[in-house]
Amino acid sequence: MFTSKITKIAVNILIILIAQNIFADDVFDGVSPQLGVVISDDYIEQIDFVVMPSGDGLPGGSGNAVTGKVLYSIHCMACHGPDAKGGINGDLAGGHGTISGPIPKKTVGSYWPYATIIFDYIRRAMPYQLPGTLSNNEVYALTAYILNLNGVIGEDELMNAQTLPKAKMPNSEGFIWAYSPSE
Amino acid sequence: MKETPDNINFAANNGLLDRRFFLKAGLGVGGGLMSASALSSEGKDRFPWMKQPGMPMGQSGPSRFEEHIKREGVGSQPGTTGSGASRTPIEYLDGIITPSRLHFERHHSGIPDIDPAQHRLVIHGLVERPLSFSMESLARYEHVSNIQFLECSGNSGAMISPKPLQRKASNLHGLVSCSEWGGVPLKILLDEAGIKPEGKWIVASGSDAAMMSRSVPIEKIMDDAIIATHQNGEPLRPSNGYPMRLFLPGWEGNACVKWLRTIKVTSGPSMTKDETSKYSDLRDDGIAELFTFPMGVKSVITSPSLSLNLTGPGIYQIKGIAWSGSGKIKSVELSADGGKTWAEALLDEHVLPKALTRFRSAWKWDGTPATIMSRAIDEKGNIQPTREQWFVGRAKNTFYHFNAIQTWGVNTAGEINNVYL
Repeated sequence: MFTSKITKIAVNILIILIAQNIFADDVFDGVSPQLGVVISDDYIEQIDFVVMPSGDGLPGGSGNAVTGKVLYSIHCMACHGPDAKGGINGDLAGGHGTISGPIPKKTVGSYWPYATIIFDYIRRAMPYQLPGTLSNNEVYALTAYILNLNGVIGEDELMNAQTLPKAKMPNSEGFIWAYSPSE
Repeated sequence: MKETPDNINFAANNGLLDRRFFLKAGLGVGGGLMSASALSSEGKDRFPWMKQPGMPMGQSGPSRFEEHIKREGVGSQPGTTGSGASRTPIEYLDGIITPSRLHFERHHSGIPDIDPAQHRLVIHGLVERPLSFSMESLARYEHVSNIQFLECSGNSGAMISPKPLQRKASNLHGLVSCSEWGGVPLKILLDEAGIKPEGKWIVASGSDAAMMSRSVPIEKIMDDAIIATHQNGEPLRPSNGYPMRLFLPGWEGNACVKWLRTIKVTSGPSMTKDETSKYSDLRDDGIAELFTFPMGVKSVITSPSLSLNLTGPGIYQIKGIAWSGSGKIKSVELSADGGKTWAEALLDEHVLPKALTRFRSAWKWDGTPATIMSRAIDEKGNIQPTREQWFVGRAKNTFYHFNAIQTWGVNTAGEINNVYL
């Protein structure tokens, strides 16, 4: 009799505890239901396109401007024009030295701060009608061609994960951060 | 039109009335009598649409008489159809919510047709546990819902033109919209993944054909960023990122990556094409500012405005929208004499942080030339600059984050033009 009463109290307390726990979860308050599925390194490799200015994220492969020039005429010239000037969609070369002048002319060569951005953007988005169809070697070669047109590298210089981040853009010192993390 | 009392009090020069004029005057103002012909032409007292049952239920479009209210200035890069912008027709709207079908667009490689069953949000990089979330699992997380504006930082860029461009309010300032955005606070998902101490930024990438990407500091992400899945009560429209987008209250629209697929936690920004070559703000000393995220305090008079001409001297409602990426709108001031005298406008009831705020006032136009303008002030004390002030320190052809005061000129015929003072 006595023990059964104890058991009954214990069960009641247990029910209260469980109920409180359930209700605590019910009121979200930033609590996660923990439904994220852990993914593998292989899967991340497939979907990670991020390239950092340090070169972190650049894939294997390489190419130079000589190869890039041929690829450019096939995949890019229709929109960006011969020698990456005068096309219907923005110049990729020229405009050097105009950025601090009265009429700044922003091109890849005159304005962009890091060479890695060229690789990153071509790999993500170009050619416009068929993104994702170029090999990494081809993207490196096209990047090298754009850099060569802007006088950043020579036409035989091989661009790869090691050399590309070191290619110094003419306007690399032309930027400051408006955002400061302490804000 | 009801006669105005002779002892009317003006709140500022050139006819600006007390902002509560309409409330004080009652409902009679602007009413007028229906013309006899409108009352009845054939039946005794029934319009044609009263003589038979109407259309079947389930219609969801606007009235056929309002079909001119659509996205304005739709334009794409040469050779493309989905790489450009369209604008919200702000001159035809009222209140603070932008109907989803009229929300502005800015895309970089078209609108992807995403199957939500196949879509995943992946969080990886400098985290303890790289995670993948399905739409189904995200639906079980805590959701928040807030009414907030979204503005492209290129909005109003045409205002840098040396001569004022004669364009409608939508074509000048229509890259801003306001919605009730619903979704999951990103902090919850990042806490689940576990940010490593060296994780200071994220790089967000979309699953459009351009894989549009932007870097965002972790402070903002952990503060009020959400994975938005809903807009004005319904799932996001494809043109606004279906099935999910990053939404950063008060920050430039370009950083609110649509069709969000991956979030990589990084030690610094990736310096993507958009955040460096496009959405950077060039100064007159040749140095460009990166990461100018918050949208400045701003207001626009949407009516009267170009194409919404005045039809004769008398009393008109001046109305418009104001917003600030720093918080709530504190006040909006109006001038009808080119900025010499100002009167405070009435704000609608819903004054919400980082949301469009509707302002109104009454104006008695006497038929002479006038210049009307609005100036917003936010709760942090930021004051909307004049056009002259805005240009100080900026390169001649930089146009992002234009938030200067806009002036509409009214001529004796009641026609409205975009004017510079």
